[in-house]
Formats: sequence, C-alpha cells, structure tokens
Amino acid sequence: MQGMSLIVKNITRIVAGFIILFGAYIVLYGHVTPGGGFTGGVILAGGLALVVLAFGEEFARNVLTHDIARLADSMGALLFLLVAVLGFMGGVFFTNFLPLGDVGALLSSGTIPIANIGIGIKVGAGLFGVFLALAAFRRATGAAPADTGRLA
Amino acid sequence: MDPILILLLALLGFMLIGSLIAIETRDLLSSVICVGAVGFGTSLVFLLLGAPDLAITQVVVEILVLVVLVRMVITRRDETHATSRSTLPVGVVLLALGVMAAVVFGTLAGGPADGPLRVRPFGDPLMTAEVPAARLAPAGRADLAPPGTTSASVGGTFLEQGLTENAASRGTGAANYVMGVLLDYRAYDTLGEATVIFVAVIGAYAVLRKVGRSRHAGNESDR
Repeated sequence: MQGMSLIVKNITRIVAGFIILFGAYIVLYGHVTPGGGFTGGVILAGGLALVVLAFGEEFARNVLTHDIARLADSMGALLFLLVAVLGFMGGVFFTNFLPLGDVGALLSSGTIPIANIGIGIKVGAGLFGVFLALAAFRRATGAAPADTGRLA
Repeated sequence: MDPILILLLALLGFMLIGSLIAIETRDLLSSVICVGAVGFGTSLVFLLLGAPDLAITQVVVEILVLVVLVRMVITRRDETHATSRSTLPVGVVLLALGVMAAVVFGTLAGGPADGPLRVRPFGDPLMTAEVPAARLAPAGRADLAPPGTTSASVGGTFLEQGLTENAASRGTGAANYVMGVLLDYRAYDTLGEATVIFVAVIGAYAVLRKVGRSRHAGNESDR
C-alpha cells in the first residue's frame, strides 16, 4: 500500500482533522444530541482509516500502529468497566453516582458522558484495528497484488 | 394512505431489489455496492420512523464497512467465487415469495384486530394497562414512586420519569433519552454489546494475524 496521489494526500490533510473533530463532538455530546459513543467511535475510526488509506502503509507502521489501536481498545473497555464498578459507590453496579446537573448542559447526567468517552475510544480503536488488520496485514504476507495503485 | 407509509414501502421495495441483486450478481464489486445501497436504505427507514440515533449509526457504519469491503474486493482479483454456485430450487423460491406476499397483504389489509396475519402498526405500544406507580420504583424504594397509577408501557415510563431527578422520580439527566436508556437504565445491555465488539475484534486479530502464520507459509522474512 503505497498511499495515494498528491491531491488525495493534501485533501486528507485538510479534511481529516475535521472528521476527527466531528467524531469527538458526537462522542462528547452523546447525552445531549443524537449520537453517542458507538457512533462517534465509528466516525473516529473512519477518519483514521482515511488517513491510512491516503498516506499508505508506512504511515500505519510508523505513526498509527496496530499496537496503539490495541492499547486504546483495551483502555476504552477498562474505562467503561471502571464506570460500571464505581457504581458501587452509589449502591449497585452501574449506579449513576455523580450529580446529574442541568439538563442539556455538557457536564450533566452523571456518569453517562464518561461511559460515552470510554465506549467511543473502545469502538474507534477496535474498528480501526480491524481495518488495519484487513488492509495492512495482507500486504505483509508477500502476495501484494500489482494493481494496488489502481485505487488511487 | 399515510405518505410516510408509502415512502417506507418504496424504500423496502428498493432494499428488497438491492438484496436480490447482491445475492444473484456474479461480480463481487457489484454485490458489495448493492449491500451498501441496502444499508443506506435502512438508515433512511430509521430516519423516517423517527430514530435519528440509529440513522446516524447506520450511515456511519455503512460507510466504514463499504470502504473496507471495496478495498478488499478491489485489491484481490479472485475469480473463484463465480465458478461454483448453486441456485435455489424453484419450489423454495415460490414458497418464500408466497409467504412474503401473505405477510405484506396481512400488514396492509389490516383485517380484524386479533386476526392471524395482523401486524401491529408502528408506534402502537403493546402494554397500555395502568398499574400502581409504586410497582415501577426501584427495589426497596417504594417511597420514591409518584402517587396514583401510571402506564405500564416501558417507553411511556421512560418519557415520563427519565429526564430529571426529583423527589418523585429517578431520572438520568440526559437530554437525549436514547442515551439515558442505553447508558443508565439498560447499561448492562451496553456492557454486553461492548463485550461482543471486544470479542469480535480479538477474533478478527486472531484470524488475520501474520505472526505465527508466516512460518507455515514459508516466508520467515516477512515477520
């Protein structure tokens, strides 16, 4: 996977940041507007996949490595589980122990935003890792097809 | 007839045709594109039924899956899929079409409310009985329940009590009710869903890994 043409790379430089920003917005405001951790995580994974597709496998091997994706996947899952276990402070598993705050504000509804962030990181990193496995692992097995560049 | 219903039926027909083409076509790329069209039709259906959360999720997942699938299909010129394929017997196809037509007819024609083919319309809750409100309070906290009776409908109860916390109810404070249900009332469900995704990702890594496989393939240098 050599990466795509200069036009694609430049457009990706401009657009990728906004895609990541939109994904983060969907995750952080999941309890106020439609969306949530899963949706925002998939948007994050899509933005990262765009970067890897545009800049090629070298970028994936050096910057956005598979190990980082695995680590973030596990950390997100642990964060969600931590929110669940901390619910014991308020009584039972998954108790919403934080103050609820004003309806509609960013910092409201107790543990829901934290759980959203955990799920967002988990889903984004997990799907991006699967994308890397599907798109990048195959290249390394030697049978790299000659017409890969046609995608560009 | 309700214009939304007509639009829904048109979309359903579009999705049916798309799925049939996806199954029957011999070109893998066309099949993938048709699956994508069916997915976007699903998201439009969600939007028309008033579920923006699901519509957004469906669109986004569809885009990511389509990118991955198209990439897989394009970079891999594999013609073996087209050589061996079996078709369904005509009798099975006719039977399936007949059952489909019967269900569609039963849905549209209405019929008696308790008829065999009667399908409940959208937005018609199953549970409408009135029950004492104390029954819906959390276990052992009957003092939190509002006085009088309330609807036993789960959705109705969420809409009534889900938003704010006061002496009479136990809300979530989330302006997005769906998220309040997903991550507070039904957080166990979400935990199970997260576990499913986690296991699926681990399974994908295990199937697609190259470490430990290249030895069998004979190219040690690729590790």
